[in-house]
Amino acid sequence: MKVGSIFRLLALVLLIALLLRPETFAGLFALFAGPRQPPIYNQGSLLELTLNHLAIVGAAILASTLVAVGLGVLVTRPIGAEFLPLSRALAQVGQTFPPVAVLAIAVPVLGFGTAPTFVALFLYGLLPIFENTLAGLTNLPPKVTDAAKGMGMTGWQRLLSVDLPLALPVILAGVRLSTVISLGTATIGSTVAARTLGEVIIAGLLSANTAFVLQGGLIVGLLAVLIHDGFSALERLVLARNGQAGAAAG
Amino acid sequence: MIEIEDVTKIYEGTAVVDRVTLTIQPHTICAVVGTSGSGKTTLVRMINKLVEPSSGAIRIDGVDIAGIPAFQLRRRIGYAIQGLGLFPHRTVGQNIATVPKLLGWNRGRIRDRVEELLDLFGLDPEEFRDRMPHELSGGQQQRVGVARALAAGPNILLMDEPFGALDPLIRAKAQEDLLTIQRRFGTTIMLVTHDMNEAIHLGDTIAVMDKGRLLQAAPPRTIIADPATPFVAELIGTAERPFRLLSLARVSDHAEPGQATGEPIDADRSLRDAYAELLWSGRAAAPVRRNGDIVGRISLDQLARLAARPR
Ligand SMILES: Nc1ncnc2c1ncn2[C@@H]1O[C@H](COP(=O)(O)OP(=O)(O)O)[C@@H](O)[C@H]1O
Ligand SMILES: [Mg+2]
Repeated sequence: MKVGSIFRLLALVLLIALLLRPETFAGLFALFAGPRQPPIYNQGSLLELTLNHLAIVGAAILASTLVAVGLGVLVTRPIGAEFLPLSRALAQVGQTFPPVAVLAIAVPVLGFGTAPTFVALFLYGLLPIFENTLAGLTNLPPKVTDAAKGMGMTGWQRLLSVDLPLALPVILAGVRLSTVISLGTATIGSTVAARTLGEVIIAGLLSANTAFVLQGGLIVGLLAVLIHDGFSALERLVLARNGQAGAAAG
Repeated sequence: MIEIEDVTKIYEGTAVVDRVTLTIQPHTICAVVGTSGSGKTTLVRMINKLVEPSSGAIRIDGVDIAGIPAFQLRRRIGYAIQGLGLFPHRTVGQNIATVPKLLGWNRGRIRDRVEELLDLFGLDPEEFRDRMPHELSGGQQQRVGVARALAAGPNILLMDEPFGALDPLIRAKAQEDLLTIQRRFGTTIMLVTHDMNEAIHLGDTIAVMDKGRLLQAAPPRTIIADPATPFVAELIGTAERPFRLLSLARVSDHAEPGQATGEPIDADRSLRDAYAELLWSGRAAAPVRRNGDIVGRISLDQLARLAARPR
């Protein structure tokens, strides 16, 4: 725990330094750049790209969460039960489709830029959140749901005040998974001109400048680690507050 | 009053509750006993519509529950199940407030009621109101569960093995609490148990079930003295009968005038306790004490008469 916190703090400091004062690391990255190549990305602001990257991922995950949790709730209600297999299959298809293929299909329809990337990330984010919502809502402690019913809560009241709060840690784990995957996948969006950290990596690949590739990759990696940790901490918090801390997390 | 009339529940072609007819008088406790799988839980859950009967009718105070929306009916009926039914993510106070909140009570009234119930169950409101269920002992959780079931002052309380998970001492205390509360509020209680001692101790009526059928529903004394079938007799335990009979009455009901020596016995103890005490101390009789005064005596001879099969 102690060592982990120190590592996290270091990762955060490193990330902030890299975004605000990239020149500081010029000497280090020069080791990976060619003799005439700039060691630090010079075709735009790393900070701006990072914020843009995060914005696209954040918006896509928010949309995935709303849709996936909504679907998960729907198919676990008596009226939606018959759609359970269908919706599961759809979400699975969304997951098996390679993101590049989604981009290729989306570009003619949506044009270049952020929109096709958003769609790809959105589709990609659905399955883990949907699966976890199902897991959370179907593995509730039966005594507790029985008591909720027996005390006269309506279906909606049970959903909002018992089922969802108790399923929340598991749903959060799904959101965490989707977010981490999307942080990486978003880089591919730059092939269709979305402004993400993929730009840095692609610029590096095009000019055979390993320093750029490393910078882009390092920032994405640090973001993923920190966001993963943030979600994990939130899950633990909810578990503890729910009195489920003893129960297996995830 | 709960009237169960010719009620059957069929699961996968099997009648797990089979043409049961049973009336539970207002302000009484009906203890439902039987082996595991005999349909006790199913029977009780039909009363608050957690299970729909396949046929037959259930009336509460003369009104057929088929016509009452389930959620409305349930808010009028307390429901307490064995352990773990508390909402783990809500405080003790919020748990107890569940039904009053559903019924739209205002906050002040809910707060007062939560306080009253915590006091009633010997849990200091200051200390316990804001605790989470997992921070309580098993016995405390059980009390909160019953308090929650009683929160909106229901006329009827359904309990499915509510004390099943408690160890014997805490269990005895919980039973006494329940009796006290039942007398105080006059609640009509249907209590499922597989513990015959508990049924005899708590029940005004005992309903014996086997394989979905109701074999006998009668006061404990009748069940013990006149079991309707060999199965009922077996459930009571033939060797236990005289002692169970003694456990039904209190010393105060049968104290006789006269003297005796040695340590007195309190008048509100059961005859069974008195019998055990006499045997253990090797006495033929003991003085009976009520509020510190000796009011008579109780003797082995008399206990032997009282333990014999009534006729
Ligand atoms: N929802 C259900 N579906 C199918 N069978 C059930 C269901 N609920 C109970 N049963 C069966 O009904 C019988 C009676 O169960 P139950 O009422 O729980 O008995 P008890 O409470 O006396 O142990 C058992 O054989 C049980 O397996
Ligand atoms: Mg049962």
